[in-house]
Amino acid sequence: MEPDLDEIELDLFVEALRRRHGYDLGQYARPSLKRRVQGLVRQHGLAHIGELTSRMLRDATFLPQVIDGLSVPVSEMFRDPFVFEALRTKVFPTLASYPSINIWQAGCAHGEEVYSLAILLEEAGLYDRSQIYATDFSDAALARAREGIFPVREARAASLRYQQSGGTRTLADYYHARYDLVKLDESLCRNVVFANHNLATDGVFCEAHLILCRNVLIYFNNTLQDRTLALFADSLVRGGFLCLGTKENLALASAASSFATVDGPARIFRSVRAT
Amino acid sequence: MELVAIGCSTGGLRALQVLLRGLAPCPRTAFVVVIHTASADADSLCQLLARDTSMSVQEAQERAPVLPGVLYVAPPGYHLLIGRDQYFYLNVDPKVCFVRPSIDVLFESAADAYRHRMAGVILTGANDDGARGLRCVRRRAGIALVQDPEEAEASSMPEAALSLAGADHCLALAGIASELNRMCLS
Repeated sequence: MEPDLDEIELDLFVEALRRRHGYDLGQYARPSLKRRVQGLVRQHGLAHIGELTSRMLRDATFLPQVIDGLSVPVSEMFRDPFVFEALRTKVFPTLASYPSINIWQAGCAHGEEVYSLAILLEEAGLYDRSQIYATDFSDAALARAREGIFPVREARAASLRYQQSGGTRTLADYYHARYDLVKLDESLCRNVVFANHNLATDGVFCEAHLILCRNVLIYFNNTLQDRTLALFADSLVRGGFLCLGTKENLALASAASSFATVDGPARIFRSVRAT
Repeated sequence: MELVAIGCSTGGLRALQVLLRGLAPCPRTAFVVVIHTASADADSLCQLLARDTSMSVQEAQERAPVLPGVLYVAPPGYHLLIGRDQYFYLNVDPKVCFVRPSIDVLFESAADAYRHRMAGVILTGANDDGARGLRCVRRRAGIALVQDPEEAEASSMPEAALSLAGADHCLALAGIASELNRMCLS
């Protein structure tokens, strides 16, 4: 069979990105990574992955665009309302028993989930003693998350999901619309720390009572999934909560024994580590 | 034939039901379906399809192996990919052709993994999702089957596939079923 040039070029791209810029994508789920890299090739009008590699090596100003294209994509506010409902009813009551609450939003992308969470904490009267650490490995994504500006066309559907999540006001109470954009209240960020953290290479970030990491693990290979889940287990206080994406599975991971299920469909787990 | 990947949209459920009733048991072939639907629930879709086939009908699970003799349904809201390791991978990348799951995404990844050991099938639908994916299947030496637009409830998806990718067979549903039977059992 003829050699698969795309596969060879993808390996070389990953190697070049790691050696030139220190980002290691070698443990990302291959099919999704390949599709994104091919997307970058198309987006920049290049002929093949090799050209992308070459440009990334020689042109340092090109790197942020590459990282932005490869980082975890935009979510939407209150995605899967039943998950937020479950957080509100099954997790918040326990969080309320702590004098101060640490929450780690790992892989925050453009911040949709951070703002969603901040709103629900506010309405539950917990926000003022909460600290949310929102991390991502893309500085461009973090900058966008800090801004809290989203297209207005997303706001209507988000309002509905907010209601379904058990929100007690209207979502419009939390943003200002201007032209075709909405900007979320800056006060929602008053207890949020945005920070660069790479789940593939960095270690324990904080001691958390709740970790949200939804639809990030699906982009990792099994080895990196295991590493990340072990990192989460180490970062949670005993009895701390972990919330994953609704199609993500703990069952196959070696860290599975560190967690007990709180809500299966919402993928909410609780640390049962005996320490 | 190790894999048959099927994409459909408007009118797709009825077309799938007809197709499934025409299929003989294919214990060596895995079937994977992407159907565009407004429903957020793969379970009810699986139950509907299970009425018309003796195959096990399951939602494709993240990081599970693709097994022969099973009909898999892509979960709503996620793109479904198959890796070269012949495992399922889900992602939430932006919509392709305004849809997620996208037929293109499944077909392009599957073509990479299965090459000449797969067939791609495009049925009725009202957009052009699947055309690029089917072209990819053909370029990787897979077999392309397209429902005759004359028969399709919505003709634009099969027409788009025919004009971009062409097809090895353009047939009515009954003809697609017998062609798949021939490929899967030979």
